[in-house]
Amino acid sequence: MSETNLLTMTDATVAKEPVVNDFSITVATVNGSGSQTSNATIMRALFKMGIPVSGKNLFPSNIQGLPTWYTIRVNKDGFLARRDEHEIVVAMNQATFTKDMDDVLPGGVFLYDDSIKIPITRQDIYSYPMPVKLLARESGAPAELRDYIANMVYVGVLAYLLGIDMEKIKAALHFHFRGKQKPIDMNYNVVESAVQWAQANLVKRDPFRVEPMEQKCVDCVMTDGNTAAALGALYGGVQFVSWYPITPSSSLAEAMNEYIPMLRKDPVTGKNTVAVVQAEDELAAAGMITGAGWAGLRAMTATSGPGFTLMAEFIGLAYFAEVPMVIWDVQRVGPSTGLPTRTSQGDLTFAYFMSHGDTEHIILLPGSVNECFEFGWRAFDIAERFQTPVMVLSDLDFGMNQWMTPKFRYPDKPMDRGKVLWEEDLERLGGQWQRYLDVDGDGIPYRTVMGNRHPAAAYFTRGTGHNEAARYSEEPEVWERVMKRLKKKIETARHYLPKPEVTKMAGAEVGFIAFGSTDPAIQEVQHILRQKGIKSDYMQIKAVPFADEVKEFIAMHPRNYVVELNRDGQMHQLLTLAYPEYATRLISLAHLDGLPLSAKWVLDAFFEKENN
Amino acid sequence: MTEQATRLQVNLVGMTKNDYRGAPSTLCQGCGHNSISSQIITACYEMNIVPENIAKFSGIGCSSKSPTYFLNRSFGFNGLHGRMPSLATGALFGDRTIRGLGVSGDGDTASIGMGQFKHVVRRNVPMVYVVENNGVYGLTKGQFSATAEEGLSLKKQGTNPYLPIDIAWEALVGHATFVARSFAGDPKQVKELLKAALAHKGIAVLDIISPCVTFNNQDTAMHSYAWGKEHEVALHDLAYVPPAEEIMVEYEEGQVKEVELHDGSSVILKKLSQDYDPTNRAEAFRVLEEANAKQWLLTGLLYIDPDQPTLIDLSYLPDEPLNRLGEDRLRPTPESIEKINELMF
Repeated sequence: MSETNLLTMTDATVAKEPVVNDFSITVATVNGSGSQTSNATIMRALFKMGIPVSGKNLFPSNIQGLPTWYTIRVNKDGFLARRDEHEIVVAMNQATFTKDMDDVLPGGVFLYDDSIKIPITRQDIYSYPMPVKLLARESGAPAELRDYIANMVYVGVLAYLLGIDMEKIKAALHFHFRGKQKPIDMNYNVVESAVQWAQANLVKRDPFRVEPMEQKCVDCVMTDGNTAAALGALYGGVQFVSWYPITPSSSLAEAMNEYIPMLRKDPVTGKNTVAVVQAEDELAAAGMITGAGWAGLRAMTATSGPGFTLMAEFIGLAYFAEVPMVIWDVQRVGPSTGLPTRTSQGDLTFAYFMSHGDTEHIILLPGSVNECFEFGWRAFDIAERFQTPVMVLSDLDFGMNQWMTPKFRYPDKPMDRGKVLWEEDLERLGGQWQRYLDVDGDGIPYRTVMGNRHPAAAYFTRGTGHNEAARYSEEPEVWERVMKRLKKKIETARHYLPKPEVTKMAGAEVGFIAFGSTDPAIQEVQHILRQKGIKSDYMQIKAVPFADEVKEFIAMHPRNYVVELNRDGQMHQLLTLAYPEYATRLISLAHLDGLPLSAKWVLDAFFEKENN
Repeated sequence: MTEQATRLQVNLVGMTKNDYRGAPSTLCQGCGHNSISSQIITACYEMNIVPENIAKFSGIGCSSKSPTYFLNRSFGFNGLHGRMPSLATGALFGDRTIRGLGVSGDGDTASIGMGQFKHVVRRNVPMVYVVENNGVYGLTKGQFSATAEEGLSLKKQGTNPYLPIDIAWEALVGHATFVARSFAGDPKQVKELLKAALAHKGIAVLDIISPCVTFNNQDTAMHSYAWGKEHEVALHDLAYVPPAEEIMVEYEEGQVKEVELHDGSSVILKKLSQDYDPTNRAEAFRVLEEANAKQWLLTGLLYIDPDQPTLIDLSYLPDEPLNRLGEDRLRPTPESIEKINELMF
């Protein structure tokens, strides 16, 4: 909670009560300077000390030279949403130095590279210079690597000031460099010499400290949503992946390539059981997975806004021709090129209605990094069961930031390959079947796949009007019949999709409705409101179209606040469309500045609405 | 032979020609595309191909409708305008024992689909890629396509001011492993080239000038029957010889070039006026340029490299169809998850 940290500074030289395991650190660097390694090292070391920690990288769409900020929040109570306030700021970038100094909370700490010759003008903060260039030079590292390892100086100074366990720092470096001794030693030596320098030259006056804790997140790992999604898909038996590089989804496909050799060697032949093709663009990526899904493969792609837009034509075809496939949209800020390196939940309505004509798509909304893994495999079961595209909406915050998350759990269900007829099935049916016939009354027809050698297996797939036997048709009643059956199929799916997660407090009058990466902020908001005597319930939606439980939740509260990261309140729009009778119970709290949601923003917006 | 006997005649895989037919064509009478469909049926029948071993793909346009009119027993996917290559690429990963047969048009390939065309060629996807090239958009009633020649005049369109795209040239530039050009008015050559293309293991691009009798068949226009018949210059007489069949060389020695294909079959090329080597890529560029300058419709097998690995060869997959692997081979073991969790930090 932010307010617990607010110090009123009367005398900058006297530390008040120690502040333990509850503050934010922001590191200001230059993009491309290698600060990622340093920041990840701090994060991981704190995590290994058992302290709840989160990290958010606020980076520019640029390879080298522009300002970057990395914010680490430690919170003993486990509230890990991004905060706008920073108790500790590390200034490594001359260009943003003055602003970074201004951003330190009163009573906070300002660490700075002493080669930046800008006067320290704040009297209400603790300032510590760091001889970054000197220590980098003295490290003996080759000249071309000095700029990179220079960032390890602030790791060492922070380790001294805060009391970070050096063994954990070593473990983090060991992980980062995958056990390669040379870079581990080179970096660790800089950390160590910075600690020694700080011990000899700095007097700690500030109150901030870390202390090891009993791990709050039991059986947790630290990873990112893109890695989790890739692993989930590999456990889901994905057989074909086509993709085109785009921030922030590229690391999803790259993780796939990384783990295939370990996880997807055929036990029989030793060859791979999944193929990955980097396409020439997202049109082709969508085309390839449509072809592969049609041919009976578990097929997926990963993209972000601009690529998602390009995929619209194939997604429309796949909806109408009833081809299963999985599309991961790791959302960034649109429209257009927008803010490529900032997070958003702005593709929701586009995804739901994607393509011309009448469509309605299945959307999964993972609510944690762990759920990125789970939906990674589950999405294929849903796509093949319903023979339709399944879109999984993650975002940059999940996809590219490191999160503490419970360990991945092995799929608890066998694969559901849906209604596929093979040679022996057709033999049994005497070759009598129709591709688009609703035999079971659930709107889901049976399909055969390319390669089935039964003489009655083949059918001609098309995006043009077709009847139940898959033959070309322009008959008005046939068209209407097919389109109504598609509607019925999605209605069947509605009852099968992941249910919302609801947490209740007895006597709550207010409901919060959210989805995806906003979860930590909502949990913190609920906690703060509870302290102020306001009880609230919380529903995290996991899929669209909505399960019946969504309606029940709304009906329970006179005021439901729909919190999301976009301008127009897209989830609010979809809920209002689905439940017009409850339109007045739904209040939109939509926010889009490209940054992960903070509890403070939600609280301010909430009270503004409540007090009006 | 009586009519009855003709109809019941079967090939080596026990199929009658009817087993290779499709629905009746709805294209215009006399359309070059119908002639090509007939040759596809005959080529597959004569090659004893099991129709279930072929998958058909197409984009959008008159040409792309034609896969309905042949090989009813083959799976087919009539996809999106200009996107047939990506659709086929993904699908062919499903079962590597299937040969793709794509039919596209000049609009579908050289305009909206140029990007995907170049990349399907570059990846050497295992499919035949037929372009039924008539220089005009038929289904939208007669607009210029990107292969229409400079100076062509069409009703309502005026005169085409641009130079045309040459599909065979583009295929060669893109490293296609099989490039041929033919003319729908020369059915024997179309058939023999189709056979060689079907036997080739990588991408086989077949640019077939196929006149549009409704919108672009003026006697002076390049994509017309009259112009084609008058200006066709064949590089060679060619014949496809199936694997393990004795080659009956009826030509004089020194007049024949034989190219062996990957499956043991071969194409026999009989020299006409020129001594042409279709394994020489630079030579292919040269003759295309010469034909362009001399206003010839140069037909025949322009280039072939039978040994290049296909995209699927390069993907390190099991030999059996990927789409028949069960959960036991697709889902990692329960034991592996602990190791993965350890790797996460």
